[in-house]
Amino acid sequence: MNQPLQEPVPASIEDAQIRWRADYDARIGMDRQVNNRSGIPIKPLYTPLDVDAARFDADVGFPGQAPYTRGIYPTMHRGRTWTQRQLVGLGTPAAYNERLRDILGQGATAVSLIPCNSVFRGYDMDEVDEELLGTCGVVANTADHMATCLDGVDLARTSCAMNDPSPFTLLAFMLATARRRGVDWRAISGTSNQSDYLSHFVANHMFFRIALPGARRILTDHIAWCAAHVPRWNALSVVGQHMQQAGATPAEAMAFALCSAIQFADDCVAAGMSPDEFLPRFTFFFDISLSFFEEIAKFRAGRRIWARLTRARYGARDPRSSRFKFHAQTSGVDLTRQQPLNNIARVTAQAIAGIFGGLQSMHTDAYDEALSCPTQFGARIAVATQNILREEAHLTDVIDPLGGSYYVEALTNEMEERIAAVMASVEASGGMYRAVESGMVQRLIGASAQRHQEAIESGAQTVVGVNAYQVDEDAQSRPALARPYPAQIGAHLREFADWKAQRSSGTVAAALDDLARSAGAQGGDNIFGRVVEAAAVGCTHGEICGTLRRELGFGRPLALV
Amino acid sequence: MAVRPKVLITKIGLDGHDRGSRIVAAHLRDAGMEVVYTPPWQELAAVVKLALEEDVDVIGLSSLATDHLIVPKLMTKLRAAGLGDVAVIVGGIVPDEDEKALLDAGVARVFHPGAPLESISAFVRDAALRVRAARFPAQEA
Repeated sequence: MNQPLQEPVPASIEDAQIRWRADYDARIGMDRQVNNRSGIPIKPLYTPLDVDAARFDADVGFPGQAPYTRGIYPTMHRGRTWTQRQLVGLGTPAAYNERLRDILGQGATAVSLIPCNSVFRGYDMDEVDEELLGTCGVVANTADHMATCLDGVDLARTSCAMNDPSPFTLLAFMLATARRRGVDWRAISGTSNQSDYLSHFVANHMFFRIALPGARRILTDHIAWCAAHVPRWNALSVVGQHMQQAGATPAEAMAFALCSAIQFADDCVAAGMSPDEFLPRFTFFFDISLSFFEEIAKFRAGRRIWARLTRARYGARDPRSSRFKFHAQTSGVDLTRQQPLNNIARVTAQAIAGIFGGLQSMHTDAYDEALSCPTQFGARIAVATQNILREEAHLTDVIDPLGGSYYVEALTNEMEERIAAVMASVEASGGMYRAVESGMVQRLIGASAQRHQEAIESGAQTVVGVNAYQVDEDAQSRPALARPYPAQIGAHLREFADWKAQRSSGTVAAALDDLARSAGAQGGDNIFGRVVEAAAVGCTHGEICGTLRRELGFGRPLALV
Repeated sequence: MAVRPKVLITKIGLDGHDRGSRIVAAHLRDAGMEVVYTPPWQELAAVVKLALEEDVDVIGLSSLATDHLIVPKLMTKLRAAGLGDVAVIVGGIVPDEDEKALLDAGVARVFHPGAPLESISAFVRDAALRVRAARFPAQEA
């Protein structure tokens, strides 16, 4: 039975807060300073005094309504949950297709293709060390290879994400495959992941192929071409994930991504496109670290900034232009080699933060990522984690379930301020293109990476199994590694050589000449359109990239320590 | 005279994730060592040339996405260039069975994710001392 309150009810919330503070201070002893990864001091308690109720309509509002703090759609995950998009890339096209069908059979709902690092670097399989082929992604160099990769996949009904940096050969190969199968390009949907060349110059250099000015030109051409020919395709994915994985704080990563989006949008406007024509196809890609509430606040703040920015800066009128659509991936940097099964717990916490953050699409990392390229066993657990969170844990019953939390709303406001401050410094240095050209962004990221590392080394940031709770581990307990059979790769190489020898060399040479002329001209011709034509007539990935590298220069990131 | 170790921190192969190499390079520099740092994707021949021209004691190779598989090729080239005495360390994601192959190929040590920076700088300092002692036995004090 409830007992009546013995203590007098305080006269006001301010009085109650003062009394709580006195009790807290008396009992806590030496309170520790808590800062989140973005450097925001975190208080022990948040109350109605931390949020301005009068700003609810303007800052929080309702899902599907600007500023979209609570989500970009009225129904959010109650209506439709996120796209379950696991990254898959392995060995030969046939091996990839087998793994892809397995993942689709386990509940994944969309295709994602990771090519081999040789492809990322812009080379064909016969241009690199054979030892490295297919160890981290699928060795796809031609339209025929893509047809094998996507065998049995209904291209008109399956969203396909291609990890496909400039000049977007994988999309070109996919379009060639679609045409052969009689699939209308206008039915094709998906995303050009890794189209954000600025993030590649700054951080994940693996994807960087062509020097900055050329990459800038090709991206604008790609956006314009896709809008005209593949209207359901998201030509641009702005990547904050690379920056955060390289060390940027969550606030910095969001700020850099938003500044990159501004740069790309400015370039599209300069090329004569109208904002409501290209903004609805802008998408974003972020990291979800283990800093649970900070990540949720990061996503809520990002949505709000984008909604206001698209209207204020670009005069966007179409609501789709202001909706901040994003894919997110759980953070690999937070995973440990030590006691690797613990990573399942880490990925689960990260994934919940992403779900509460209102994501549209998610990849959960396999627990064995810190040991090797993920095994099939690890990949299945990652998919199951999403299935459990989506269908067992009741996380999706309520839209933005943390909205209205004093802490989450206050933190969303503080993250927004922190993000805006970083954005202002980038804008002051001439915008994102200039800021990465000068190395400013790289230096900020390097400094943040060092601060995080120091926190781990000093023990200020616990990492279970690394700087705390270590146990003696038996190497035998670690999972066995899957590698493509060298024989398969050898056969793939031989088939490639035979195929090249049988091609019409005249047709290939003519297509590459057209591509070179297009790149050599100062605009006027759409370079990506020429890439699509070259891919369709049998030019290889390495030939297309090599031609553009010769015309536009090879990209090298700044070496900064 | 105190030995100031000279270290080349680089990445070979195709991957471009450089958070690890940048952090380790900055740490070794801050620990008082002379650090030569390169961006990723160095050709094996370029690494050999740089190691020779810069006269480094230690080469640190960072690998995240299987580029460690061509380290044995680099070891062969280093020996062929007369640089067999340079200590080569590898840091990053290296599966157990591959670690053994690297050690068999002459790699001095493999550091895995979670290795404390101090353990890396301590090893590099000792390795540099050994390399110098072997190169200049007369100067041993």
